[in-house]
Amino acid sequence: MPFLAQASSVSVQTDRLFLIALSICVVFLLLVTFFIIYFCIRYSRKRHPEPVDVEGHALLEVIWTVVPLALFLVMFYYGWTNFSTMRHPPPDALAVQVTARQWAWSFKYPNGKQTDQLYVALGRPVKLVTQSLDVIHGLFIPAFRVKIDVVPGKHNYVWFIPWLLGDFDIQCTVICGVSHSAMLSKVHVLPEADFKAWYFSDEAVSRLAPIIPPKGQGSAIVSLLSVKACLACHSVDGSPSVGPTLKGLFKSRQTVFVDGGERVVVADEEFLKRVILRPEDELVKGYPPIMPPSVLSKSELEEVVSYIESLGPR
Amino acid sequence: MSYLDSPGGGLRSWLTSTDHKRVGVLYLILMLTLFWVGVGIGFTMRLKHLSAGNFLISAQTYNALFTVHGVIMIFMFVIPGLPAVFGNFFMPILIGSRDVAFPRINLLSWYFFAVGSVLAILSLFTGNGPPDTGWTFYVPFSIRTSTNVTLAVFAAFILGMSSILTGLNFITTIHRLRAPGMTWHRMPLFVWAIYSTAWIQILATPIIGITLVLVMIERFFNVGVFDPGKGGDPLLYQHLFWIYSHPAVYIMIVPAMGVVSEIIPTFARKSIFGYKAIAYSSLAIAAFGSLVWAHHMFTSGMSDTAGLVFSLLTFIVAVPSAIKVFNWTATLYKGSIEMAPPMLYALTFIFLFAIGGLTGVIQGALGLNVHLHDTYWIVGHFHYVMFGGTGFAFFAALLYWFPKMFGRMYNPKPMYVAWAHMFVGFNLLYFTFLVMGTMGMPRRYYAHLPQFHAAHLIATVGSWILVAGLMILFGNFVAALFKGDQAEDNPWGGLTLEWKLSSPPPAENFAEIPTITAGPYSYNPTRTG
Ligand code: HEC
Ligand SMILES: [Cu+2]
Ligand SMILES: [Cu+2]
Repeated sequence: MPFLAQASSVSVQTDRLFLIALSICVVFLLLVTFFIIYFCIRYSRKRHPEPVDVEGHALLEVIWTVVPLALFLVMFYYGWTNFSTMRHPPPDALAVQVTARQWAWSFKYPNGKQTDQLYVALGRPVKLVTQSLDVIHGLFIPAFRVKIDVVPGKHNYVWFIPWLLGDFDIQCTVICGVSHSAMLSKVHVLPEADFKAWYFSDEAVSRLAPIIPPKGQGSAIVSLLSVKACLACHSVDGSPSVGPTLKGLFKSRQTVFVDGGERVVVADEEFLKRVILRPEDELVKGYPPIMPPSVLSKSELEEVVSYIESLGPR
Repeated sequence: MSYLDSPGGGLRSWLTSTDHKRVGVLYLILMLTLFWVGVGIGFTMRLKHLSAGNFLISAQTYNALFTVHGVIMIFMFVIPGLPAVFGNFFMPILIGSRDVAFPRINLLSWYFFAVGSVLAILSLFTGNGPPDTGWTFYVPFSIRTSTNVTLAVFAAFILGMSSILTGLNFITTIHRLRAPGMTWHRMPLFVWAIYSTAWIQILATPIIGITLVLVMIERFFNVGVFDPGKGGDPLLYQHLFWIYSHPAVYIMIVPAMGVVSEIIPTFARKSIFGYKAIAYSSLAIAAFGSLVWAHHMFTSGMSDTAGLVFSLLTFIVAVPSAIKVFNWTATLYKGSIEMAPPMLYALTFIFLFAIGGLTGVIQGALGLNVHLHDTYWIVGHFHYVMFGGTGFAFFAALLYWFPKMFGRMYNPKPMYVAWAHMFVGFNLLYFTFLVMGTMGMPRRYYAHLPQFHAAHLIATVGSWILVAGLMILFGNFVAALFKGDQAEDNPWGGLTLEWKLSSPPPAENFAEIPTITAGPYSYNPTRTG
């Protein structure tokens, strides 16, 4: 592909196929265009007032059926071998579990480490096994030429061997709601030694800045919020988002829907825990009912709630 | 007395008329209105991309806009456009008949279409806001979103009814109402195309109807058909959706090919090259086109074997289209070519459609599809096919038949100016889409990453030029409608039956049903008979 790094082993193969297919197609197009323009000039009404009737030509029909068919079959064949490579991961590939939700990615490694951006070692095969917590998403790493739909109820996979050091984009490719285009992440391809150092370190979460820039202090807790996707919908600095901002939430008065009726409550510690655990029970008025039930552990929940308290009342 | 004044010219006489020509004109008015709504929405989306982030409209609005743009353009313009407007108006004339087989059902189809369109527009302003799922309504998102999907889906269902009835009507008409001597192989190629299309319409449309009903049942009664959270299968939805919606692509393109097959012989003054090859390739497209739907799902996680089979079939269905392109080109050989506006637009159709078809072949290769799927490449590809193909054929048909339909001739010069704008704007817009797609720009993105910004700007500028061209084109048509000169009966020197009637045609078409003694394009007098 033009203007795009060939950052994985399969990307070279894919690009070669693209070049072959593109060349065949360009030749077709040029031929047809040339003849159309040439005939239109050569046989214009001025130059050629008396048409000569030609009703057809059986041999020509056969030729222009068989030749394109043969070329198409060539493209088909290489398309298949290329695809087949993508479908057969080597057994020693590092298996990373990818979880997609509206609207965040998270990556879980065999040793339990969990991040919101993907870290991989140069030259080491990686297999990404996907799952979705809500609707269909699409996992796309253009620089690696891999893509797979992340379908709820299925565990679709892709694999690749990272070929270049650097940071590459991960994008969601299946429309999944209002923040679809913000459902981004990165792959970081590190030298093997750096990757090992990172992999076996105690750092629980991502070392680099999370994708959704933490607008606030306390970066450990902010990256926890980022990993758990809270920041996909909530801001911590008062700016508007899909869900209410967490700043100044504590001790404020909230209008919520409970069992079909409206009620005004004060957002104390108990309330915060309830809405995080079971958001659908007490919906905040004026927002869509899209907040997923909590994925926080007990201690994480305590941390998050005390962080929200620290963001203070308005 | 022409069909325009008989019986009466009042609104009521039009809305109750069963004359196939009037029904065709009713469709034309409604569809062009919808087309311009779609254009306006597309234009707005392009404006949004002048900035990479938040700009002009919100993300939710943007998602609604691309959904509505797709629904209007696909279900209300590109799919029904050519058959409903020109098929209705000209197919009965071309086979020497006074009307379609079931004139009242024909009018009923129009009412279904009108009701469907109104419901679709209503879905924008009622309930919880316009649908935001994309025109494909993929589950489970379409079942979980709180927006007004149900009404939009119901609208698509009604539109489908209209399509089925039209298809039935056309098939019966072509079988039963051909003039004496109008054998199958003397039918104009546009009629062949309409015939093939009609079969797809009646065979494939019920499947989308059932599917959409299932989505509604799932939304209302919580039955788990498609949503895995309730035990359903989301891929089942995709299969059912594309079993209709892929053949629908051929409902869009086959009539366009038919139009071009009429225009080229007329302006080259000779028989079409390979009449039978073109006629039967329409049928082949209709048949094979029904077997390739899962090429929209190569990355969905369906089995690799399914991928293999559907990719192979996809390459095979490309062959009949290629055959047509070669035959049209060969028709020009030793002709006497007049580059009138309809001819220019028809030849442009070939060029743009060829790009659309060839990009389709590229993305049909499995390995390449993995990279290109759901990117701007796809968006570029189908705009080349549907806008460059069907859209330009629609304009060509209008340019070709406008004098016959309304009895007025337009000024040809602005049509060339419009063409130049549209050609440049179109390619600037959609070729840039193709390039962006190879770079990895996903479709349906409100915000875009910085590396795509320059390309987005170019595309947006292209959209301005394109819309300027469209305005010149349609402005000139409107001018001709009110101020155009009286059109001749046969301004282009065509041989098919519509040119033997007055412009505009009389109410019952033929005072006396003609007897056909030759093929449709027998320009060479020594060979008639
Ligand atoms: C998919 C978007 C989304 C995600 C992800 C999300 N939320 Fe929410 N959240 C919302 C929305 C929308 C509301 C308001 C409607 C409601 O009450 O459900 C909300 C409400 C809340 C409230 C109540 C706010 C108030 O004004 O009373 C809290 C607290 C909260 N979320 C915390 C969290 C935490 C902590 C996380 C991460 C574990 C999280 N949310 C993840 C969308 C989200
Ligand atoms: Cu997503
Ligand atoms: Cu998405």
